[in-house]
Amino acid sequence: MSWVVLWTDALLFALAAGIAALALYTRRQEHLRRPWRKIARSRTGVAALTVLAAFATIGLLDSIHFRQASNGQVVSLLDRWIEPLRIRSEKTYSAPFATHLYAREFQTLPDGGKAWLYPRLQYGGAHLQDPNDRWRDVTQRALLGGGKGAAVWLLLNMGLALILGLRRLMWPPWATVSLTLGILLVIGWTVAELSLAYHVLGTDKVGEDVLYQSLKSIRTGLIIGTLTTLVMLPLGLGLGVVAGYFGGWIDDLIQYLYTTLNSIPGVLLIAAAILMLQVYMAAHEEQFTSLVVRADMRLFFLCLILGITSWTGLCRLLRAETLKLREMEYVQAARALGVSHPIILLRHIFPNVFHIVLISVVLDFSGLVLAEAVLSYVNIGVDPTTQSWGNMINSARLELAREPVVWWTLAAAFAFMFTFVLAANLFADVVRDAFDPRRAEE
Amino acid sequence: MTPLLSVDNLTTGFQRAGSRYTVVEKVSFTICRGQTFALVGESGSGKSITALSVIRLLPPGARIFTGQVMLNGEDLLKLPEIQMSRLRGRKIAMIFQDPMTSLNPVKTVGDQIGEVLTLHFGLKGRLRQERCLELLHQVGLTDPEHKLASYPHQLSGGQRQRVMIAIALAGEPELLIADEPTTALDVTLQAQILELLEKLKRHRGLALWLITHDLGLVADLADSAAVMQNGRIVETFQRQAAPLFAHPTHPYTRQLLEARPRIESCLVNRCKAAESASPLLQVTELKVWYPIRKGFFKRIKDYVRAVDGVSFTLARGQTLALVGESGCGKTTLGKALLKLIPATSGRIYIDGQELSALPLKYRCRMLQIVFQDPFSAMNPRMLVEDILAEGLKSLRPDISRKKRVELVERLLEKVELPADSRLRYPHEFSGGQRQRLCIARALAVEPKLIVCDEPTSSLDVSVQKQILKLLKDLQQRTGVSYLFISHDLQVVAEIADHVAVMYQGKIIELGETDRVLFSPEHPYTQRLLAALPGKHLLSPDSIAEQKVEIPT
Repeated sequence: MSWVVLWTDALLFALAAGIAALALYTRRQEHLRRPWRKIARSRTGVAALTVLAAFATIGLLDSIHFRQASNGQVVSLLDRWIEPLRIRSEKTYSAPFATHLYAREFQTLPDGGKAWLYPRLQYGGAHLQDPNDRWRDVTQRALLGGGKGAAVWLLLNMGLALILGLRRLMWPPWATVSLTLGILLVIGWTVAELSLAYHVLGTDKVGEDVLYQSLKSIRTGLIIGTLTTLVMLPLGLGLGVVAGYFGGWIDDLIQYLYTTLNSIPGVLLIAAAILMLQVYMAAHEEQFTSLVVRADMRLFFLCLILGITSWTGLCRLLRAETLKLREMEYVQAARALGVSHPIILLRHIFPNVFHIVLISVVLDFSGLVLAEAVLSYVNIGVDPTTQSWGNMINSARLELAREPVVWWTLAAAFAFMFTFVLAANLFADVVRDAFDPRRAEE
Repeated sequence: MTPLLSVDNLTTGFQRAGSRYTVVEKVSFTICRGQTFALVGESGSGKSITALSVIRLLPPGARIFTGQVMLNGEDLLKLPEIQMSRLRGRKIAMIFQDPMTSLNPVKTVGDQIGEVLTLHFGLKGRLRQERCLELLHQVGLTDPEHKLASYPHQLSGGQRQRVMIAIALAGEPELLIADEPTTALDVTLQAQILELLEKLKRHRGLALWLITHDLGLVADLADSAAVMQNGRIVETFQRQAAPLFAHPTHPYTRQLLEARPRIESCLVNRCKAAESASPLLQVTELKVWYPIRKGFFKRIKDYVRAVDGVSFTLARGQTLALVGESGCGKTTLGKALLKLIPATSGRIYIDGQELSALPLKYRCRMLQIVFQDPFSAMNPRMLVEDILAEGLKSLRPDISRKKRVELVERLLEKVELPADSRLRYPHEFSGGQRQRLCIARALAVEPKLIVCDEPTSSLDVSVQKQILKLLKDLQQRTGVSYLFISHDLQVVAEIADHVAVMYQGKIIELGETDRVLFSPEHPYTQRLLAALPGKHLLSPDSIAEQKVEIPT
């Protein structure tokens, strides 16, 4: 067993470290701490943040890769954790909680005759003697799982109460955190208990568990949402602030740059970039030794190109804000005190546009996750071998045309994406309200 | 006389999370027909909220807790909202402070006046047009036919305020509430608008409710007045007995009266050895012109002559005041001295050296600036210590961190703020304290000259007086010179040794303060002086005499 560090892994962990460092810095700055206290007071914000943290944990677990000694496959910690889900694949489609395949097969009966039958699944409900018994079994297992989840939640609460004291746990934000966590734990444990015996969300065309795919897609969504921001932030922030502050020909140049970029249809640009990457990868096969590395490269490149096409909005916003700030009297006072331009930008402009950056980053995040789905749907998104909600929706296109309809892939992708994006959007909303200076007085 | 409006025991405030915050507390007064009633107080005293309570247009969250508001024997607070909205504009009309934002920028003046006429009288077409013209004529606008079709941005500030008054009058109200109607206007315009209000009151038998912070204006205009402090009326005055404010008894009223800057103060202050001081700043033929570019090739067609050939000298340790109305170029001149705005031509000598030849850091240590608005003059995201030390960091990097902290504490002491303000944020301070911080920031690099750009115009009178005193003290201790930019002749009289009056980018009169203020030569200066409010106020000496008689 040896560790494998993919490009996106490294960047994702660097980003996580960056956020942690920023949080530490924020703790010491009163003016930054105040809006966060406001967020902590909002139930929606805290609940959404807890859900996001749960998603992020799964994504981070899925980003620690290593090569298995047994077969040389590159897998992640998450893969090891949910190993049963990964390896227990059926022949082809099966519905959620099914005991039989979704398609009939030509089978030899025990009496020697032949018939078209729905065969039993290899894993889903295989322990049942009588398949008609399964709903009773499902209920039992669900209750057992829920009970276990509740028990873990209680233990966790006791632990928290020891650290925080009972009084603090009873009040927001900790009460909200605890409640959300409780719901997540109960749901999670129920699903986990059930998935040991059934395919909770069914299987796809090649018999892979859809729940497994959905969980693996979290990392893809997370990476698209965050790494793209990482690419776009320096461009948008740097160019926007410089354009607004210096004005003149620098402003003209930057404005021409982003109007030009804006007038190229984004999808075409992304398609061209992805095609170029494919040509490059085909020509340099020796650099991309495994499928995982290839898929990862494509994901990374997609983030890059999405970042390059989407910084213009933030740039324009920051330019306008800086134009206003430049004329503020404290900036003029700094100029009268002989402070140099870079220091004025760093000390007076950046901290005062920071709230805009934060708001737009959080808002963009959900937009980017959705963009990935759209791009994968038109086949210029992530690699077809990468699990992503976009790819799941893409395959659902054909499944929906089948008779009878295979609905669970689409439904699973939809449910996961919906929860993730809704949490991100709700959180963004709370962040915007907390950082908006016009609402600061309320 | 029968009262038109009587307010009885009005208490208004905010209710938040179970607790009450009263803003207006047990306020009672009456206003009679054909009279002017003035509600006076400093910012935050609750005078505007009182007016908004009466017309029931309180901001969200605010509530009237108790009280009775009777208009013609009808209790306004008990009326259903639908009747109340019919009453607003028809019986009671209101003029707001800022004529720039109270008119809709995308509708013509005619439309905005006509709206009221259609709403209250159902006037349409020709009749409406004629009534609009009549109203514009009444408020003294020239060329009303043309004005009717123009948009707010095509009018000047004074013209807009006249349009606002015309809109208020369109409903033929019985009571006109004017909330700081002239604060945003220049002094000559202020006099015109007040004269107009006075005339309208007399001709139409209106009751006028004036809300203002300016005691002088009240003394000239009002028949009765009430002084408000922290939501309570502390003292009321009637014109019948004696001139208003003739016998103030409440200490707050006295404080307000004494804090008022007065033009006579320059006579007292004239004891400096003015002529012996050597010149510090010499400005010759300074011009700041902005090109107006037109046409396809953006050729320069003409210039806006913001500062047009200005020359003056400022002596060491003295104060020169630049006085003028808005748009005369006084702020541009101040900023051009600091090179915050590039000058088109002209020479500036400081300490005998040409300014443009000096290295940047040296220039910054000679010249500093204090701005008008202390709220936007400090970065809200920096600690006071960092704000004050900013100049030291950039201009004197040799000073160690420990020494810097020491210097900052000494600066805070100089501007009479506690040393622990160092580790606080600007928003924790009041307006006056913030202005002290701004002064401290300018003083940090020990400049020879500080350009004070209207440093007191956004402050209440009592705070204004403290800041002026601080500036004078600092001048005596450190020998710094001030270029004091202001629109207020009374403030200037308190602090300046010399006065330069600016008009359309030029200095039209320059001389010693008492000479310019008491025997002005230029007609424009004479006009400015004539427009000053507060001629009916008694001199401070007579109040001081009374103080002896009535101990408080």
